[in-house]
Amino acid sequence: MTTTTDPHQGQFRLSMLLYDSRYRSMTIQIVALIGFLLLLGWIFSNTAQNLTDLGKEPSFRFMGEPAGYDINQRLLEYSNQDTHLRAALIGLLNTLLVAALGCITATVLGVIIGVLRLSPNWIVSRLSAVYVEAFRNVPVLLWIVFIMAILIETLPSPSAFRKGEASMSLWDSVAVTNRGVYIPEPLFTNSLGNLHLLGGSSLRFDVSLDLIAILAVLIAGILTSGLIKRRADRIQEATGTRPATWYWRLGVVVIPTSIVLVLLGLHWGYPELKGFNFQGGTHLRNSLIALWLALSIYTAAFIAEIVRAGILAISKGQSEAAGALGLRSNRTMSLVILPQALRVIIPPLISNYLNLTKNSSLAIAVGYMDITGTLGGITMNQTGRELETVLLLMLVYLAISLTISGVMNWYNESVKLRER
Amino acid sequence: MKKTVFLGALTVAGLAAGASAAATLDDVKARGKLNCGVTTGLVGFAAPDANGNWEGFDVGVCRAVAAAVLGDANAVEFVPTTGKTRFTALASGEVDLLARNTTWTLSRDVDLKFTFVGVNYYDGQGFMVNKDMGVSSAKELDGATVCIQTGTTTELNLADFFRANNISYEPVPIETNAEGQQQYLAGACDTYTTDASGLAATRATFEDPSAHVVLPEIISKEPLGPLVRHGDNEWGDIVRWTLNALISAEELGITSANIGELSAAPGDNPEINRILGTEGNLGEMLGLDAEWAKRAIMAGGNYGEVFAKNIGEETPIALARGLNAQWQDGGLIYSPPFR
Repeated sequence: MTTTTDPHQGQFRLSMLLYDSRYRSMTIQIVALIGFLLLLGWIFSNTAQNLTDLGKEPSFRFMGEPAGYDINQRLLEYSNQDTHLRAALIGLLNTLLVAALGCITATVLGVIIGVLRLSPNWIVSRLSAVYVEAFRNVPVLLWIVFIMAILIETLPSPSAFRKGEASMSLWDSVAVTNRGVYIPEPLFTNSLGNLHLLGGSSLRFDVSLDLIAILAVLIAGILTSGLIKRRADRIQEATGTRPATWYWRLGVVVIPTSIVLVLLGLHWGYPELKGFNFQGGTHLRNSLIALWLALSIYTAAFIAEIVRAGILAISKGQSEAAGALGLRSNRTMSLVILPQALRVIIPPLISNYLNLTKNSSLAIAVGYMDITGTLGGITMNQTGRELETVLLLMLVYLAISLTISGVMNWYNESVKLRER
Repeated sequence: MKKTVFLGALTVAGLAAGASAAATLDDVKARGKLNCGVTTGLVGFAAPDANGNWEGFDVGVCRAVAAAVLGDANAVEFVPTTGKTRFTALASGEVDLLARNTTWTLSRDVDLKFTFVGVNYYDGQGFMVNKDMGVSSAKELDGATVCIQTGTTTELNLADFFRANNISYEPVPIETNAEGQQQYLAGACDTYTTDASGLAATRATFEDPSAHVVLPEIISKEPLGPLVRHGDNEWGDIVRWTLNALISAEELGITSANIGELSAAPGDNPEINRILGTEGNLGEMLGLDAEWAKRAIMAGGNYGEVFAKNIGEETPIALARGLNAQWQDGGLIYSPPFR
């Protein structure tokens, strides 16, 4: 560029902004930018003006006022006297819970279906194809409502248990009702108690010291197990024979964890029919189950296609070469094909995780109290603050999505092909 | 130069915004249709019949207003709204009038900026349970699973009631009456709570209504009425006095049967004459013609006729007049004078 066009040495004139090709593109861009900013400014000022005319100046003070409504599924303690902010937090945790459960289940299911779709077995591959086509071609809202309807209409209500028409399954430990599934919950007789954080504020939360202790021992065990593996690798490299270490590796994880559990006095709280409902145990509400299942099977159909595409993207020569080296087909898959396929799979997988998380906002269809149900539903309705709540909601979803894609991009970076 | 264009645009935008707030009457006339927000379907109050025509007690208000303003009781576009979407629909101007068994409360009036033009049904929140449960009082509902329409005052009353009685419950939020009915009938909730009139209307559609009882406790006051946006008092007045015309008509004995005769010539009762436009200029004051109230009453009859036809004791919903009788009969229904 610099060598071919000799810059004009004359004075800079204003008209050159329009007629000189060196500046013209810049002028156009600046004008476009100003136009865009003006448009934004107009939208903002118009909105603020209209709201003021209605007597509803934008304000977020309502977030500090008592919510007044109850939420059935709450991961933190909450009562109807807590603030709208806390209700939004409870909703946010519910959103994150169903998104996390959904992403995990969808990935597991999707990978299995995707691999099965490539199976040489005709029946298996056809059935997988049917799965994919059936689930991804029907709107997810219909699946959510459909699964909910099945749960409500086909499962027995607690009154059927009372009359003896239905009974609990798995040695009387699990109750499957049309209000949800009640499973045993872990209880500790020598509990270490809870850590109360952020005292009296709306964002207060408790951390179970029992859980921290168990996790600490478990993680330490897994790390030790990793050390043992690396030692075995070194010995194998040096001598060619691999020492048997599986019982060591299992032991360092299982034994200390069991000891901690016994010391804490682990026992199970079983659900029991008391009054109108089952009491005790952990209650997985059917709204959660319906939403979780529907989002998982729907997204799994997309993930299956991504996995299939990723595997097909690896040239046939790779598996033939692996076969020539004497690797069995499952070893070929795990050692040769999947590590390379992951590079193709992960980027579209990220957008499917994002889709699943955003689709979880359909929760209200089954009365699952996610953040759209609390902040964007009841709070918005009771306070009449449509603009503020919707802005907050958009920010929350934006933040969740950016976090997910940030984490996944970091993971993508770590499995990416390193070219030397 | 650019700056002046921008300022000019801002001014125009500001003016347009200012102008759009008022003159709902002109908008409705220009459109030739009244946009009326109703429920997504509550038999007796607002539900489409077998031919797709909306019918019901709240629908009657919409039709009366359309008849008064546009001269055609059928010039109504019914916009079904849920408990959650109704206020946004009204605030944004999607509907001109909301007639959707909505409770008049201070915060809705003052904070949400709506004008309740009157009360067309005095209600209270009740609980419906299956007879098999053997529950005779709402205070025995400790630990029960309660289906509740989300975004309603009933949701807040419910929380207050259980807190005041120090008993616990599990709320199951649902969006529409139809979902509530489905969950309740399948036994996914022990009790369904909403306004007692809504419970009666819902129960009337059950296969076996006698298997369900509405518990005696009425836990709240729910004055239901039509509402409009703040900021256009002329429009609010039209809706308010259309409702009052229906109520006064019952009080004064104007029915759809005798209205033709009464309006043919000025009669002995000056107030009837003023309502029907044979005397005075009340219609002109409202910005309408003289026969506005006559058309409103002819649309579905007076208040008592609308009540009897849609939710009265002769209908499957079988609601007694109770609090909703005229004031001379010991009820609370009372219209200010037409003068």
